Amino acid sequence: MGGQSAGPICADQHDFALWEKRVDALMVLCSGAGFFTVDGLRRALEDMGEEAFETMSYYERWIAAINQNLVETGAYTLEELGQRMDEIAARGPTYAAAQKEAGTDGASHG
Amino acid sequence: MPHDHHDHDHTHDHDHGGLSPSGHPYRADNDAPLSYWQRMEIAVRELMIEKGHLTADQVSAQIDRMDARSPANGAAVVARAWVDPDFRARLLADAGDASREMGFDIGPLHLIAVENTEDVHNLIVCTLCSCYPRNLLGLPPDWYKTREYRSRAVREPRAVLREFGLDLPDSTTIRVHDSTADMRYIVLPARPSGTDGMDQDALAALVTRDSMIGTGLPRQP
Amino acid sequence: MGPAMAERVRVKAMMPPGHVRTPSYLRGKTGVIERALGPFPNPEQLAYGLPAPEQPLYRVRFTMSEIWGDAAERPSDTLDAEIYAHWLERV
Repeated sequence: MGGQSAGPICADQHDFALWEKRVDALMVLCSGAGFFTVDGLRRALEDMGEEAFETMSYYERWIAAINQNLVETGAYTLEELGQRMDEIAARGPTYAAAQKEAGTDGASHG
Repeated sequence: MPHDHHDHDHTHDHDHGGLSPSGHPYRADNDAPLSYWQRMEIAVRELMIEKGHLTADQVSAQIDRMDARSPANGAAVVARAWVDPDFRARLLADAGDASREMGFDIGPLHLIAVENTEDVHNLIVCTLCSCYPRNLLGLPPDWYKTREYRSRAVREPRAVLREFGLDLPDSTTIRVHDSTADMRYIVLPARPSGTDGMDQDALAALVTRDSMIGTGLPRQP
Repeated sequence: MGPAMAERVRVKAMMPPGHVRTPSYLRGKTGVIERALGPFPNPEQLAYGLPAPEQPLYRVRFTMSEIWGDAAERPSDTLDAEIYAHWLERV
């Protein structure tokens, strides 16, 4: 996007939420473990297109790109992901309530 | 108006009211309705842990490592360069090694320091994504990741700097550095006048994050 | 092998689809090698999970007038970017 015309720069700043910090950590750890490269992450981000840039937040785009790379490399299957996301939705209405309880394996948690 | 950072979160800020200890609004997080992308983060993390690719401890340790990085690290490097000419030379030769020499855990970061002088002002941007010397300075500020900054910094850096309150004379050459590939950049700002005799810690307190990106100057003593 | 320091180079103007680390606004523009950075794996291969032979990487300095023409704020201001050797041709 270098050189395109754009409006004033918004200087608002926020603290990162825990879930955002976890996305950042997943990127560092999964790329460090060889599941994908930073370039793979960037490629997936670019492939999401302009609309994603306008409608999703920074770390929303990152987790989508991390997931895309992990699926491509076979770290888990789409079925596993879909099932798990449904289970998580059933755990509770907020991010805190949707965390797996300590000591459970999550697979049978409802 | 396109924003790279979360108009919807600004809405949530009103739900939260107050500010965090750092003076920034809290993000919608633990008590807001669970979002699709938050569910994906939880799912990815759990699956990677269950399959033995990661541990929960690794995730929390990585968050701690990132939280420990801040512009204060870069400020210490800059202040040392201001008082120690040999270190300054090493910093300009290889800023990564010079930072490691000071004990900063910057991982495999390839870091280049670009020096501001009387005649030259440097400005850092990443037009392709959000490359930033994060292993030294911590995570980039929100504005650094915006479409507005990334689009304009390479084409009208002087107008951008004026928005940041920095009106540079025409006699100053601006050098913009687009972090397009494997290098990351830090600006070595010029030491402010009137700081003779200040020790390294006092000097470091003058070095702002923005002065190391090039969108600001160090504080005056 | 690659260009020597201070040698003039032009960024290839090609526009392949997919992930590249050569900004569009520099395609076809002429600059000067500011420094050689050494070999790095080709990101265009890395991005797709492929074996990535190393490519020499250079910092190339462009004048704002070369990039933006009359729209440049101050023609002799400069922009430096890292460009891989396979995107550069000698002028």
